[in-house]
Amino acid sequence: MKTFKGKVLFLDRSDINTDEIIPAKYLTEITKEALKPYLLEDLTLEGFNNEEDIKDKAVVITRENFGCGSSREHAPWALEVNGINVVIAENFARIFRQNMYNCGMFAIELPKEKIDYLFDNYAGKDTEVEIDVDNDKIIVVAEGNSETIDFKVGGFDKTLVKEGGWVGYADKNY
Amino acid sequence: MGKTIAEKIFDAHRVNMPFPDTHVLKLDRVFCHEITTPIAITDLMARGMDRVFDPTKIKAVIDHVTPAKDSKTAEQGKILRDWAKRHNIKDFFDVGRNGVCHAIFPEKGFVRPGYTIIMGDSHTCTHGAFGAFAAGVGTTDLEVGILKGVCSFHHPETIKIELNGKLKPGVYAKDVILFIIKELTVNGATNKVIEFTGPVVDKMSMESRMTLCNMAIEAGGTSGICYPDMTTVEYLWDFIKDEFESKEEALEEYSKWVSDEDASYEKVHTYDISELEPMVTFGYKPDQVKPVKEMEGTKIDQVYIGSCTNGRIEDLRIAASVLKDKKISDDVRGIVSPATPEIYSIALKEGIIEIFQDAGFCVTNPTCGACLGMSNGVLAEGEACASTTNRNFNGRMGKGGMVHLMSPATAAKAAIEGEIKNSELYKG
Repeated sequence: MKTFKGKVLFLDRSDINTDEIIPAKYLTEITKEALKPYLLEDLTLEGFNNEEDIKDKAVVITRENFGCGSSREHAPWALEVNGINVVIAENFARIFRQNMYNCGMFAIELPKEKIDYLFDNYAGKDTEVEIDVDNDKIIVVAEGNSETIDFKVGGFDKTLVKEGGWVGYADKNY
Repeated sequence: MGKTIAEKIFDAHRVNMPFPDTHVLKLDRVFCHEITTPIAITDLMARGMDRVFDPTKIKAVIDHVTPAKDSKTAEQGKILRDWAKRHNIKDFFDVGRNGVCHAIFPEKGFVRPGYTIIMGDSHTCTHGAFGAFAAGVGTTDLEVGILKGVCSFHHPETIKIELNGKLKPGVYAKDVILFIIKELTVNGATNKVIEFTGPVVDKMSMESRMTLCNMAIEAGGTSGICYPDMTTVEYLWDFIKDEFESKEEALEEYSKWVSDEDASYEKVHTYDISELEPMVTFGYKPDQVKPVKEMEGTKIDQVYIGSCTNGRIEDLRIAASVLKDKKISDDVRGIVSPATPEIYSIALKEGIIEIFQDAGFCVTNPTCGACLGMSNGVLAEGEACASTTNRNFNGRMGKGGMVHLMSPATAAKAAIEGEIKNSELYKG
């Protein structure tokens, strides 16, 4: 199982698409590691600098419809090789979301109020998040204080996270 | 309670439901191309699982960057080519015989009503035009599809779009789907199947239905889907004539793949599109759509006619009818990519290629090319492209470029004028 803990990158925009997460020109790479420098290279978001802002981050918190567009699993992989195994959003594009769980990563959906709350209270601070996989809780820590937020995850999704992805699970079961 | 077409296809293919709302389906087709498949092959090899579930159900093509443009794309092609050979995948389409995946696979007769289809390409939803459940997936789903012939899906909640009325001259399937995406928004059909029905769809050619279904993903849809009918049977007839006594018999067999009248829908939208005008996108999202007349005067640097949305013979015929005996603007670079060799050949025989060339277009080989800025036709910073493709994301055709999505007719007109304009085409 991967680790789901670390500093948060807040991306305050909806509809961040797969071309922004990893541009098509890098799809000629045939290793995941080669994608590392290019994560979010084309993201249009005021004040965002992909080289600086991604450093040391392990969790992304964002708005609606994250990962819309292409089926390219290079999008989760580009996150993964940068040490980001968790994206928390109001909702996700279907293929991107499935790709995350298929890789044993978390794409966690929270209601709009909770996403707004996280942005209002934690964006701009040095915030850390840890996912308590067994108890379906997000532990948020900033400036010495911490709180927990419940999330819901489907049985299949959780199994894929625990088993490290869909290939291993499918090979055993089908 | 009745069932939708997608629910019926799920029922006929379900292997099991390992968890509530997780349907694992048996696959009839796994389609592959050279961008998302080689990494699946490499991973399967690394896991010691270099196997395929059924080589006759796997079809592969090199289409995104072809002929290879550099060592990396050459390597991607080689991995796919060697794999196809190693596993006796006979339906593999390489340089000279290759075309855009969602155009060539239907053209070769690989799709049937009621099929389940996956591919590592988001526009796989195109094949729903035949009454199939066809969905784009990532590389891991593709790997499992290749290895085991199964894929997992959530319950196929369906949005029904009923299209009534009659399209005006100069208004096409592309205008209809841009209008629908505007109505649904880019997130409006996420995790849903979009069912296209009504008299307008009944009258559409298979090419037009493919254009509709192709862009279901731009509203977030898992798949687009149309009911199979005599148009579907006619399109497939050369490939199915040994299976049936007559076209009527084929129609009867395929007619089971329709939704029941009392099927349960997530939403039903009914539109009379008799007054619909040509549409075009204006921003970086496919739901940022306006009537063309509100965008007239927008300068264009490049025109691209092609792709899995609008690179079919119907599209080339429409564009050629606008371009005949005309020259494109000196300030515009025109590029046309017939989507398959067969389309290219028909276009040659009909004099369409000549019309494009005389007008000043560059005619490329069949490829995904400019659509996603991976090979030919990349835009420079600040340039705008009038494009018949499906996606206008920021940087899609090149960093800093703007893509305006539109029909082949509107794109051809933009090429002549050097700006978005089509009042002459549209007599509404």
